Amino acid sequence: MTFLQLNDLKVHFPTDDGLVRSVDGLSFQLERGKTLGIVGESGSGKSVTSLSILGLHKGGRARISGEIWLDGEELVSASQEHVRSLRGKKMAMIFQDPLSAMHPYYTVGDQIIEAYRIHNDVPKKVARKHAIDMLGRVGIPQPDRRVDSYPHEFSGGMRQRAMIAMALSCDPELLIADEPTTALDVTVQAQILDLMRDLQRDFNAALIIITHDLGVVAELSDDILVMYGGKCIEYGSADDIFERPEHPYTWGLLGSMPRLDREVTERLLPIKGSPPSLINVPSGCAFHPRCAFEPRTGGKGGTVVPDLVETEGGHLVRCHLSREERRDIWATEIKPKLES
Amino acid sequence: MVTYIIRRLIGALAMLFVVSAVTFSIFFVVPRLAGVTPDDIANRYVGRAATAETVQSVAEKLGLHDPVVVQYGRWVKGVFVGSEYDYGTGVEQCPAPCLGYSFVTKQPVWPDLVDRLPVTLSLAAGASVIWLVIGVSVGVLSALKRRSIFDRGAMIIALAGVSLPPFFTGLVALSLLSYGLGITAPGGAYVPLTENPAQWAYSLILPWLTLAFLNAAAYARLTRAGMLDTMGEDYIRTARAKGLKESKVIGKHGLRAALTPIVTIFGLDVGILVGGAILTENAFSLQGLGKYATTAIAANDLPKIMGFTMLAAFFIVVANLIVDLLYAVVDPRVRLS
Repeated sequence: MTFLQLNDLKVHFPTDDGLVRSVDGLSFQLERGKTLGIVGESGSGKSVTSLSILGLHKGGRARISGEIWLDGEELVSASQEHVRSLRGKKMAMIFQDPLSAMHPYYTVGDQIIEAYRIHNDVPKKVARKHAIDMLGRVGIPQPDRRVDSYPHEFSGGMRQRAMIAMALSCDPELLIADEPTTALDVTVQAQILDLMRDLQRDFNAALIIITHDLGVVAELSDDILVMYGGKCIEYGSADDIFERPEHPYTWGLLGSMPRLDREVTERLLPIKGSPPSLINVPSGCAFHPRCAFEPRTGGKGGTVVPDLVETEGGHLVRCHLSREERRDIWATEIKPKLES
Repeated sequence: MVTYIIRRLIGALAMLFVVSAVTFSIFFVVPRLAGVTPDDIANRYVGRAATAETVQSVAEKLGLHDPVVVQYGRWVKGVFVGSEYDYGTGVEQCPAPCLGYSFVTKQPVWPDLVDRLPVTLSLAAGASVIWLVIGVSVGVLSALKRRSIFDRGAMIIALAGVSLPPFFTGLVALSLLSYGLGITAPGGAYVPLTENPAQWAYSLILPWLTLAFLNAAAYARLTRAGMLDTMGEDYIRTARAKGLKESKVIGKHGLRAALTPIVTIFGLDVGILVGGAILTENAFSLQGLGKYATTAIAANDLPKIMGFTMLAAFFIVVANLIVDLLYAVVDPRVRLS
């Protein structure tokens, strides 16, 4: 049985301006001990996906449909109270900005103790010892002293470590990290990614990393899911995505990635235009207004929504171009530019 | 921490000094600039029948011809060591702390103030508890049930609360509940707490509610705004992500943060109120500091007004000090060093 499985998940928000289709028919699977990277621009629906797995999408206003199976339990139809009891224990989350994500009025220790005691009926003293252990495990020096510090007394990297300690305090089986390194210094980013890789191995948790930074997923992910306009547009192993990408949007993401091994005189290859509005998603393929290869689809780009089809051994692509065309374009037009 | 408190105490004393100097100037310098002579002031103390010589000698004895600075110095000295007032017919003692001597009632001001303080304190204590509890609860509920009928209704009532002055709501309440239905005490009733706690509460319930209505409304609006703000914060999402029950998310994480500005305002409001709830005390004929002040103003009794102002200023300065210290307790990001 698959540990985590999403089937045709849709999260729509009715607003005064129209229906916002944040997530529009998303499916994927994830096993314990594996890491899935979800990549996309702002507003592609990646954060809403993670929040809805935890049941944290604004309950009253969102319309959610589809299925989320976690370890044999379906969560979309489960009671809010049941999902709450799983949050923190079975599934936990690490947020982007640890300064605003931790309560400024409580010590780091108190916040970890609280997280632990929600799901473990232990005296405060025991929970405190556990909190100190966890802080030590995520590499905070002198944890027995720092446990009584407030979040603002920590540096950015330390705060993210504390946040990770809090998320892992109840030994969750699913860990979702939403842009875990975006708010951090570059030097600290690498440390945090290393830490997450080590801890994931220790805890054997399933890990979902949500990011706009392909570098981050390259470090950690087994599989990568590229989201655009609330839909998955390409899915595959890290090798598939980095070595044999087949979607023009993925090519664009790779081209926008600054690389040290490239000549400084070389320009990045940014994707033109801006992400689509989720209220007025472009007709047909959501990416077609920004796609350089749209003319080659024979007018289908703007009219027909392409299906997500398997191109080879678990590598899925949502594109009107034929497999041969895509491989040809990648080999002759895109790859040489990226490698030059 | 200790140095911070000492520094703040010194600041508070300096503040009181400034307030007293300014108040003194307003009452004793401004009239003089407007053409009032020392003899005119003395005239007020000796009565109408006095001859010009008597007036002059009294003005002399009271030092009204001295420079203002000297007069102010004498007043400050009186606060610490007491003073004597000789106005012709005999020497009146005004023991420390002498905040002034009323020539209308021929009484030192301080004992009067002390007499009136329990009434005002009773009024402030009861009303502040009521408005804090009601205001914060209504504000929290309104924020959580945003745009519901409860929210809209509460906010309309709150708007009425902040708009209607106590001399209106107080009198309406009195005429309906006390004189109409006879379920609450009539105006002017006051039984000291030490005499009979039940009667004390009964006599004050209407003034409490009147005063609380005014402030609860403001607090409800403030709490609602604060809660709407904090419940959108990232750390609230984190608290939910931990699996915390919603009631705890609201109480422990949301309200805790939203209460910080409330604590600040509450301290200052109580400080101001302890110095006299002028409108409410007048509406209910309660013999508190506020009523004392209005009577003194009507009688043009400057020493009383001066004494009252100083006491009120004292309470506000103290409340400010307490709020500052409390702030560091409430919000750990404020470090006292």
